[in-house]
Amino acid sequence: MMANPLRARGGIKPAHHKTESSGQAIRRVPLPARLVVPLRQDSQGTARAIVAVGDKALKGQLIGVPEEARGTAVHAPTSGTVVGIGPYPVPHPSGLDALCVVIEPDGEERQIEHLRLDTARASRDELIAHLQHSGIVGLGGAVFPSHIKLGKGGVDTLVINGAECEPWITCDDRLMREQSGAVLSGARLLARLAGAQRVLIGIEDNKPQAIAAMREATREVVEREAESAVSVSVVSVPARYPAGDARQLIRALTGVEIPYGRRSDAFGIQCFNVGTAHAVHRALDHGEPLTSRIVTVTGNVERPGNYEVLLGTPANELLALCGVRPGTGHVLMGGPMMGFALPRPEVPVVKATNCLIATSQALFPPAEAEQPCIRCGNCARVCPTGLQPFELYWFSRARNLDRVADYHLFDCMECGCCAYVCPAHIPLVDYFRYAKDAIRGRDEERRAADRARARFEFRGFRIEREKAEKAARLAAKAAETRAAQAAAPDGQPDAQALIAAALSRAQAQNGAAAESPPLSPPPES
Amino acid sequence: MLNAIIVMTALALVLGAALGYAAVHFKVEGNPLVEQIDAILPQTQCGQCGFPGCLPYAEAIAAGEAEINLCPPGGDEGARKLADLLGHEFKPLAAEHAVEKPRAVALIDEQTCIGCTLCIQACPVDAIVGSAKQMHTVISDLCTGCELCLPPCPVDCIIMEPLAETVSNWKWKYPVTAIRKVA
Repeated sequence: MMANPLRARGGIKPAHHKTESSGQAIRRVPLPARLVVPLRQDSQGTARAIVAVGDKALKGQLIGVPEEARGTAVHAPTSGTVVGIGPYPVPHPSGLDALCVVIEPDGEERQIEHLRLDTARASRDELIAHLQHSGIVGLGGAVFPSHIKLGKGGVDTLVINGAECEPWITCDDRLMREQSGAVLSGARLLARLAGAQRVLIGIEDNKPQAIAAMREATREVVEREAESAVSVSVVSVPARYPAGDARQLIRALTGVEIPYGRRSDAFGIQCFNVGTAHAVHRALDHGEPLTSRIVTVTGNVERPGNYEVLLGTPANELLALCGVRPGTGHVLMGGPMMGFALPRPEVPVVKATNCLIATSQALFPPAEAEQPCIRCGNCARVCPTGLQPFELYWFSRARNLDRVADYHLFDCMECGCCAYVCPAHIPLVDYFRYAKDAIRGRDEERRAADRARARFEFRGFRIEREKAEKAARLAAKAAETRAAQAAAPDGQPDAQALIAAALSRAQAQNGAAAESPPLSPPPES
Repeated sequence: MLNAIIVMTALALVLGAALGYAAVHFKVEGNPLVEQIDAILPQTQCGQCGFPGCLPYAEAIAAGEAEINLCPPGGDEGARKLADLLGHEFKPLAAEHAVEKPRAVALIDEQTCIGCTLCIQACPVDAIVGSAKQMHTVISDLCTGCELCLPPCPVDCIIMEPLAETVSNWKWKYPVTAIRKVA
């Protein structure tokens, strides 16, 4: 089956650089001296550490529990001792530190007892909850928790993303070649959980071995289970960057274009990466939480290839294993198009780390100086979302945030095609990222201001109300005294009655105080 | 001649009636300009402008009684927006109205707090919880950083803690353009 006839829009065809790392089988990495496991491993939130310094942990043991329903769990990648919990450098473009658990491996790799689920019998909710507790997130790089994607259901088409369109990266390619059965099994589990009737596995046509392996695995399953409820097809899509973006792939495979602000499940489609499908298979069929991933190490190294790396392994140790050549500059995490330079060499491998590229002057010449935009329109021709990057650039540069939002800035996926073709070498994506964050920050401030205004107004109302209540209380008391005076036959208040009234008032006040201590009234302004 | 007088009189009556109706039934409550100005102000309610809150300051600006550059939390950015809205000339923040500070929230040292409730009464947005002779604490999500709770505290146990930049609230910066030497 070939891809849908819907013509791809925009995109570029940079040099693939895939063969450097795709030749060798996936290798395992020896245990590093220590593992630094960030507690923020998904796009939704930071998990709460449930281990203390000095604790022993087993491989796969829960060390961080999600704080809220949207978060995912974090597990110990190997057995060992917790030697530190605190802020450590993490792979993030900011270069800031984040909360991590540091584990010193004991080298024994003792595992926890895996929770075996009977996947055929367990309910959908049970399985989805198990994914959350196994720390399953999207391994394509966005690390969005899979249990949220599956939560709603109502999906008829499941897209498995094996496009891997960025140059240099080959981890999904190798995974599909070597673990096609496991990937397929995970895909079928995902289809069941999402309620999908058909599974489309989209692979770029520059990975013929992966396509063949996946087709072979599909054929075996079809032979084994002739009456399967789910139809699986492996679809070859033309190699073009960014064919592997979820929305682009969905458009290529199904012809459905997902508008901005809507999720694909609203159109009955859900998309998962092949690595995620593999992790789902390990979690549900074997009860293994996500503690390692396949990482492509390539670029200016002696032995480029794919490695199965424990999460938390320092990037520099992994690179040293591959033999960093002299003349290496910074290290990119992710691909050359959308990746970022690691702020420090010792940051750990995380769930989002699909690729580490050692750069050198020869492979990645330094960016040329930015020149004025000549409005040639090349960027608009290659934009896969059909935006006008030169207009976005113009308004981002002028910090005209309202206008840049009018030009649909938030449809931009920061793929970098525009910057790649720009003859003036303008770092367009940097401007768009700045504008997006500035707009988000401004909206957040506006919401905070609205909240503050509402609270300020309510406080004014509360003070007025308290004043009125106090006045009413005093008036009632005065009326009571006057009534008592009037009731007394000789015009003098009956002392006994007054004391009794005061006592009852005091009692009532004490009772009220016990229930809710009143704030003392604010000063008159 | 007579026709003209009749036509003009009739027109005057009809239009007068329409205007009179509109004046009664479409009367604008309050000054819409005040709302627009208030929407620009940061709602810290700190009173650094010399008015007791953002709304009174907005009213004063609308009435032409106050300058637009008296709001330190809003900063130059806020003054620029006010200038745009009102068609005034932009003025940088007035010197006597302090300098722009990084956003901070109040933090009560709970060991030292004696539970006097004075800060609770001072807080314009009710962001401090506690009661008499009980420890108080600031709900940092609601705190606007106005510093109004600092002066009333008899034991000086409130400090302003600048909001730290973390991985989750970090923002991409404006790209820096390398300056090229042309000659």
